[in-house]
Amino acid sequence: MEGKRFIRNRKNLLLSIGGGVLITLLIVFIVTPIISLLFRTTPEQFLASLSNPVVWNAVVLSLITASTATIIIIGVGTPVAWINARHRYPGRELVDTLIDLPLVLPPTVAGLALLMAFGRMGLIGGFFYGFGISIAFTTLAVVIAQIFVSLPFYIRQARSSFEELDTMYENAARSLGSTPLPTFFTVIMPLVKYGLISGAIMSFARALGEFGATIMFAGNYQGRTQTMPLAIYTTMQGDLDLSITLSIILIIISFIVIALVKFKLKGHA
Amino acid sequence: MKLSYLTVIFLALLAAILFAGCTGTQVQPEKNQTVTPTANKTDLTVFAAASLTGVLNDVVKQYETLHPGVHIITNYDGSQALRTQIEQGAMADVFLSANTKQLYALRDQGIMENSSIEMFAKNKLVVIVPASNPGNITTLQDLARPGIKLVIGTKDVPIGDYARQILKKMGNDTAYGPSYNTSVLKNVISEETVVTGVVAKVQLGEADAGIVYITDVTPENRDKFTMIPIPDTYNVIAEYPLGIVKSSGNKDDAASFITYLTGDQGNATLSKYGFAPV
Repeated sequence: MEGKRFIRNRKNLLLSIGGGVLITLLIVFIVTPIISLLFRTTPEQFLASLSNPVVWNAVVLSLITASTATIIIIGVGTPVAWINARHRYPGRELVDTLIDLPLVLPPTVAGLALLMAFGRMGLIGGFFYGFGISIAFTTLAVVIAQIFVSLPFYIRQARSSFEELDTMYENAARSLGSTPLPTFFTVIMPLVKYGLISGAIMSFARALGEFGATIMFAGNYQGRTQTMPLAIYTTMQGDLDLSITLSIILIIISFIVIALVKFKLKGHA
Repeated sequence: MKLSYLTVIFLALLAAILFAGCTGTQVQPEKNQTVTPTANKTDLTVFAAASLTGVLNDVVKQYETLHPGVHIITNYDGSQALRTQIEQGAMADVFLSANTKQLYALRDQGIMENSSIEMFAKNKLVVIVPASNPGNITTLQDLARPGIKLVIGTKDVPIGDYARQILKKMGNDTAYGPSYNTSVLKNVISEETVVTGVVAKVQLGEADAGIVYITDVTPENRDKFTMIPIPDTYNVIAEYPLGIVKSSGNKDDAASFITYLTGDQGNATLSKYGFAPV
């Protein structure tokens, strides 16, 4: 008995060491590139770059477009997620699958597809162009590209939040005479708000990082369509300092986003 | 306990992968021996400005036919992007740049083999509009009309740098006036990091006009565009330099390839694609 336990303990010890080594390697693999960015600049260079119009134009544009995209996603995505969580209708599975499609679609394919649809020679874009309205290569195109790629993140999260919610809450509200819409806003929404917020933050983060679809469909123009990822790509070929500064800003934002989702919201859910 | 089992499975998988890796490398030499011709080929990596895509593919094909032992790997992009890649340690043997600025920047950092640097081709710029001409552009003056959708290169990619030089020259001429330069730049809807990006956006009809090299209009895409020539007084002569990268491990083949490109055959091919050989 004693001997067996000894062997088992030794096995466990070896496995623990193996696991520890693996985890350490993985963390080093993820953290080293991020730290390396910080080593290539100094606080002075970082601050000097911040005042460069390329940098702040990109930061402002990125924050505005990603926020707009997120607000539209919440507005459109919430009812869709609710309907798909609570109501059965023919083709619901197909709708779910199609909504998830942008998740697996390479962004370059999305960019080309958006251009074919919303470009002025495209199916939808051609119609608007008839009225003198251009969509491609405008800030609107940036927002459209961001919505396209980040919509599934919110809808998936929202739908699963709604599904986890017991129907007894809405049934109770209804039985007390509440009509569907007020029930939704005063009873259901407060109960799932942390799930929805965490979905919205994930969508926002994806929108902020959007590159491929944007550069193909919205083009690359400072202050109008050049978001932070596009500015990083462009300045890397000219002024590496600006590129690094922008990357560090994006890392900080990403870090805040993931911290919000992990620590603040998961605790409540 | 559960965790330990998972760890065991994970480690087993890892071991399997490592083991597979080992056997893979053991098998490979045998494979190479059976298909000997490919094993003896030496690789030559050529980094070239995107505007050279057509002509260089042609030259590479000719060269590889003459030198069956050499396999040429080409990497086309904006010269400024290639410069950044080489600066960051990309393995390149030869660099063909669309302007002197990007290649000389590497030379000044001691990255190029100085004695190998020479000019090999010249090019000029042209305005292209889609064949359908949605912006109704027939003259250079039209580019300044408000609402025109123009696509040019970024300030770092040679084509964007050259285009800005031309617009500046035109703005300094009383025939166009000082506001010409700013009006045209206001019409820019996208700045591309590579000339082929400009060509693509005009070809798709999404831009009303683009400023590209005359060599970008090829027999294959000729019917997709209308060209508006830029008079020599305003045009720039784009000079293409080349050189061997100092860290190259294959300088003999690199030099031999350059000799071919700058020789009679290479020059004839350059001319065929619209370049002026130097």
